[in-house]
Amino acid sequence: MEPLVKKVIILGSAALKIGEAGEFDYSGSQAIKALKQEGITTILVNPNIATIQTSDHLADKVYLLPVTPEFIEQVIEKERPDGILLSFGGQTALNCGMELDQSGVLAKYGVKVLGTPVSVIQKTEDRQEFADALAEIGVFVPKSKAANNLKEAMVIAEEIGYPIMIRLAFALGGLGSGVCWNEKEAKDLAGKAFSYTKQILVEEYLKGWKEVEYEVVRDAYDNCITVCNMENFDPLGIHTGESIVIAPSQTLSNAEYHMLREVAIKTVRHLGVIGECNIQYALNPVSEEYRVIEVNARLSRSSALASKATGYPLAFVAAKLGLGYSLTELKNSITHSTMACFEPALDYVVVKIPRWDLKKFRMVSTKIGTSMKSVGEVMAIGKTFQEALQKALRMLDIGAWGLVTNPNELGFKNNREELIQELQAPTDERVFAIPQALKLGMSIAEIHDHTRIDRWFLSKIANIVRVEQLVAQYNGGICPKHVLSEAKRVGFSDPQLGQLLGTTERQVRRQRINYGIVPAVKQIDTLAGEYPAQTNYLYLTYNGSEDDIVLGDKESVVVLGSGTYRIGSSVEFDWCCVNAVKTVKAEGIRSILINYNPETVSTDYDEVDRLYFDEIRLETVMDIYEKENPKGIIVSMGGQVANNLALPLMHWGAQVLGTSPVKIDMAEDRHKFSSMLDQLGIDQPQWQELTSIDAAKTFAAKVGYPVLVRPSYVLSGAAMGVATSDEAMESYLSKAAQLNEDHPVVISKFLTNCKEVEFDAVAQNGEIINFAISEHLENAGVHSGDATLVLPPQRTYLETTRRIKRIASQIAKALEITGPFNMQFLAKGNSVKVIECNLRASRSFPFVSKVTKQNLIAQATQAILGRPLEKHTDSFFELNYVGVKASHFSFTRLLGADPTLGVEMASTGEVGCLGDDFREALLKAMLSVGYKMPVKRMLLSSGPEKNKVDFMDTVSQLLANDVEIWATSGTHAFLAQHDLKVKLAPWPDAAPEGTPNVVEILESMPFDLVINIPKNFQSDELTQGYQVRRRAVDLAIPLITNLQLASRFLEAVLDKPDLKIKSWDEY
Amino acid sequence: MELILEDGAVYSGRHFGYKGSVAGEVIFNTGMVGYPETLTDPSYQGQILVFTYPLIGNYGIPESQVIDQLHRHFESDKIHLKGIVITSLTREPSHWNAVRTLEDWMIEYKIPGIEGVDTRAITKRLRDKGTQLGKLVFEGKDLPWYDPSTENLVAQVSCKEPILYEGGAKRVILVDNGCKNNIIRNLLKRGVSVLRVPWDYDYTGEKFDGVFLSNGPGDPLLVDKGVEVLKKQMSQDKPIFGICMGHQLMALAAGAQSYKLKFGHHSQNQPCILVGTKRCFITSQNHNYAIDDQTLPAEYHPWFFNANDGSNEGVKHVSKPFSSVQFHPEAWPGPVDTGFLFDHFVDSL
Repeated sequence: MEPLVKKVIILGSAALKIGEAGEFDYSGSQAIKALKQEGITTILVNPNIATIQTSDHLADKVYLLPVTPEFIEQVIEKERPDGILLSFGGQTALNCGMELDQSGVLAKYGVKVLGTPVSVIQKTEDRQEFADALAEIGVFVPKSKAANNLKEAMVIAEEIGYPIMIRLAFALGGLGSGVCWNEKEAKDLAGKAFSYTKQILVEEYLKGWKEVEYEVVRDAYDNCITVCNMENFDPLGIHTGESIVIAPSQTLSNAEYHMLREVAIKTVRHLGVIGECNIQYALNPVSEEYRVIEVNARLSRSSALASKATGYPLAFVAAKLGLGYSLTELKNSITHSTMACFEPALDYVVVKIPRWDLKKFRMVSTKIGTSMKSVGEVMAIGKTFQEALQKALRMLDIGAWGLVTNPNELGFKNNREELIQELQAPTDERVFAIPQALKLGMSIAEIHDHTRIDRWFLSKIANIVRVEQLVAQYNGGICPKHVLSEAKRVGFSDPQLGQLLGTTERQVRRQRINYGIVPAVKQIDTLAGEYPAQTNYLYLTYNGSEDDIVLGDKESVVVLGSGTYRIGSSVEFDWCCVNAVKTVKAEGIRSILINYNPETVSTDYDEVDRLYFDEIRLETVMDIYEKENPKGIIVSMGGQVANNLALPLMHWGAQVLGTSPVKIDMAEDRHKFSSMLDQLGIDQPQWQELTSIDAAKTFAAKVGYPVLVRPSYVLSGAAMGVATSDEAMESYLSKAAQLNEDHPVVISKFLTNCKEVEFDAVAQNGEIINFAISEHLENAGVHSGDATLVLPPQRTYLETTRRIKRIASQIAKALEITGPFNMQFLAKGNSVKVIECNLRASRSFPFVSKVTKQNLIAQATQAILGRPLEKHTDSFFELNYVGVKASHFSFTRLLGADPTLGVEMASTGEVGCLGDDFREALLKAMLSVGYKMPVKRMLLSSGPEKNKVDFMDTVSQLLANDVEIWATSGTHAFLAQHDLKVKLAPWPDAAPEGTPNVVEILESMPFDLVINIPKNFQSDELTQGYQVRRRAVDLAIPLITNLQLASRFLEAVLDKPDLKIKSWDEY
Repeated sequence: MELILEDGAVYSGRHFGYKGSVAGEVIFNTGMVGYPETLTDPSYQGQILVFTYPLIGNYGIPESQVIDQLHRHFESDKIHLKGIVITSLTREPSHWNAVRTLEDWMIEYKIPGIEGVDTRAITKRLRDKGTQLGKLVFEGKDLPWYDPSTENLVAQVSCKEPILYEGGAKRVILVDNGCKNNIIRNLLKRGVSVLRVPWDYDYTGEKFDGVFLSNGPGDPLLVDKGVEVLKKQMSQDKPIFGICMGHQLMALAAGAQSYKLKFGHHSQNQPCILVGTKRCFITSQNHNYAIDDQTLPAEYHPWFFNANDGSNEGVKHVSKPFSSVQFHPEAWPGPVDTGFLFDHFVDSL
């Protein structure tokens, strides 16, 4: 086929955020692969440096630049592509592309939109146009009307009748949407919504209706198929991104399934989508009445899930269809013998569960509803719903062993009232309340009344409870084979059974293997076995007796993936896993990857020789290990999930490759590690391991507050806290941590006004092979995952970096490191203290690898495989450009959350940009995560006196540049004393009667920036500062809460550097 | 309960449904919905079906309501399968129109089932070795093999007397080779009357506007009497349309030859391409025999072909209004994408 275009620009989705996560790395990567296969030159714009799509082996050119119309236009002007793909980078790319189309930029440069035309996208995005279009073909949509202002909204709400649903046009992940039961609620929500958008939709609320989705593919020849349908466990009222989802649908009859399928095809044909789209339905649970809720004319989270659930590469096919191919011309990439124009038949079920991280945020509600709060998801494959559900709950990595018999009584409610409350108004833990309700004697009918969850799901859950009770009868005795077998078939894990039987996980494993109860390895082949398939896409099930493939017939290495994305562990680790797997393959060894996150590239079956889409848990990894008999397991690429398995795997006899698990434990165990540092004479903040509150107070008195309180095996500051006083310490230790002889707590001096420095390296047999040093822009105290990273360091003394390197070499030797490792240091003057050491790849590996153009993961993998490596001696200081990594926060989506930074990580994603100097790189990065330039009007609330002094110079420069500055009471008074004339924005409690306070001022006019530096490290109070921060976030005004970041950002803004359009390879 | 295959393979699982043993031909189907429709499809006469979709019985069984001589929810009056093989049975179904469980319904029609066996392993075996005879043995009560393909199954499932369904002025002869009710529903919906006649009935003397040849079980070569009548009719010019068995009979009557496929097409996701175009339709299929394209006489052209294995999926006469398809445009279960073929037929009357 003659290609339609020769050079195509692809827009990415920038930083991972709530509502737009790793799924777009997957879809963009597949699109690039599809275009490359056609010999088309690909230009990718995406500042998300941690993604696989921004790697050197995919797109021909990568621009690490903001996905905004201004930047994209400049890239287009420079590159002159003749085609553009808008539907592979989520709502971010779609919105940006539509602006470019409307402003005439695409027409001006002759750039053709491939796939679904913009006019069609417009129709699906504008609620009224959409409803009109569907009415033309007699397809039902919810009764609804668009409102352009609050008054209109209230009139429409009255017409439809309460309860009503408010939705925003052009919003990702249901942002700002909600159910309103009365006039007051409607007024509040609609008011808030209009601060984001010019149009909202008021519609009938279909509470309790089933929520069903279809993924539809259509080509330019009008061939149209539905690749997958999915049913939500949680009925309408909970956003599909917040719902447990099962594929295919379970409770739909043939008539219902095909009625909705037919409507989907009719709708998609009528709209004129070319490529992939998703259609969401509400289906009446007691009739065949339906409503089309929405159509997303782009790749989405659901399409990524559908791709992984069926094995049908939706993004790849969509990209090809955009080039003008017919579905009949494309092959099924799993079977290679059949065609892409077909609808996969599944012989398994898939359960997706969202991963929330709500405990990481202060003041946020844990209730789930119509807008998205989850930060990741897991997908489990099984032959029964129960098997897949219990697997998925374990995959969440929230400490669950399954649905029932969980440690610490996960999700436990104290009484019937609390339980009913949970069932009716769910939090992220509702699913655990269902078995508890059953055990309390609540009937399925009653639970259904409270939850509206279909009885089918509830009866399957009841069956899990039944099996739990069956197994428990054998507590302390021998569990017969048929009982154990049944338990495994409905998804019970060995630790769960160990608990039920009063024995250990290991004992259960021995017993079941004696009985011959082992899982079978099954393929995902898209055709349910009807045609032979050479697929390497695998999962384990206990509902099977034969392995589909020959196992252990070739030398192999297992790489453990990183599991669900969550705060602190995200796409960075997927990049590491993909690169590790590539390196293993390149060494001629069969690569085997275990991962279960449907939003990843690592779970694309063309990335790896064998993909086990299954749990990363001791039991499962051992099951696969015993079947595949690999050379060993690499645990250092998948973040903490994989790393935590090192020691247990070794104890159970598996070969762990790279640094010895004993040494890994030495670095992970705070006590062992700190003792080692003392022995080596390496400085560290004063610390002590303590088992009582009194001892803790004594220690704090000795070193002085503030102190950092934390347990061992920490990730992302979970359960970590800063105490500033005896009271704070007492309150923290009684609330957030267990403290006794068995559960000691490590308390260390919390140092402020220090620099924090990040050290990423690769070692082999204790010798450092390569390394990179980056500095944090913020002073110590901000979690390293939230901090802004600069490489090469700009403000760190050369002597400091020398000392850091020396200490790192000592530690590499002492721990005999082979593989990747990461250390964090505190630096003040030239004194250097070690604060953390991880003997695994870290979050910053993709950033430092891409900035220095040294693939540290490829080198680490070679080191692990024992390949001889040369020491890398070039100094990264000689880079003639600078890389800056900035964090993205999703506070807008977390209603009520206090948007401040602290020792708990809060960011959901990151970007990394390059510039000829630091300021250029910083601005590109900040613009990529939503900051605005120029700054014309800003609010300053600078906190303590010292900060105020620090800001004086900047303020006078800003004033000289005609920036309108508003300041809160204290800051205003201080600046006035120094003859800096700024406008007063009084605190609410200081505003005289009749004059607007700071919050009202923010609401009354557009601001480009709010700077609010909180006074405390941690506080649960609803302070006035909180109100300002929260209001800024709710009004979508960029907010900075850190002094150093605010100063550097404003300096850069004032400097007005040229933001050059240079691709990665031009640096 | 055990499933025993002709090649000696034995699969042990849990029994459900009727407590008894059965023998038949073992085939599989990869459809994910539509077990009530599948179980009542007369094309399955004499067969034991392996469902590759693991969860069966989820939405129960709807009521056996007969409206205007037609079952509202079923494809015929009874279950035609001899037995079923599944991974997991849902004992507590959930659906607004369910009146009983799949198991209760199977007990009524004396149909046994086996669950808890590795259906994927069995499917792969059938795929690699071809369709096999097999039996479901309950509590060791063995029975002899039974090969349905040696019998005229069409004669077993066809109606015994003509039945008239009033629907409009035009009248269609529907030759019942084991007709699915949804064919009748589709015709009636389009405003024609249907005279459903037995498979070997000589309708050439009746008053009618077109002939519709239904689906049906087994080997088309055994349906010789039906082919004789059809040959006679094909000397005329009235529209003829055939589905599945009906398609095979029309091709045989035209002089083409049939052959047995290794494991047949038994799924709801078969892609069929309209010859000479890039248009592809997703179709529901259930057949073990096919028509050999190469043997079609000159006045017949291949109309559709299977995109996966290239086998013939439809033929069309070059000048006369005779056409037929191997797949099931009436769907039920399965996708309804080719329902327009009914429109074409009715328009041609």
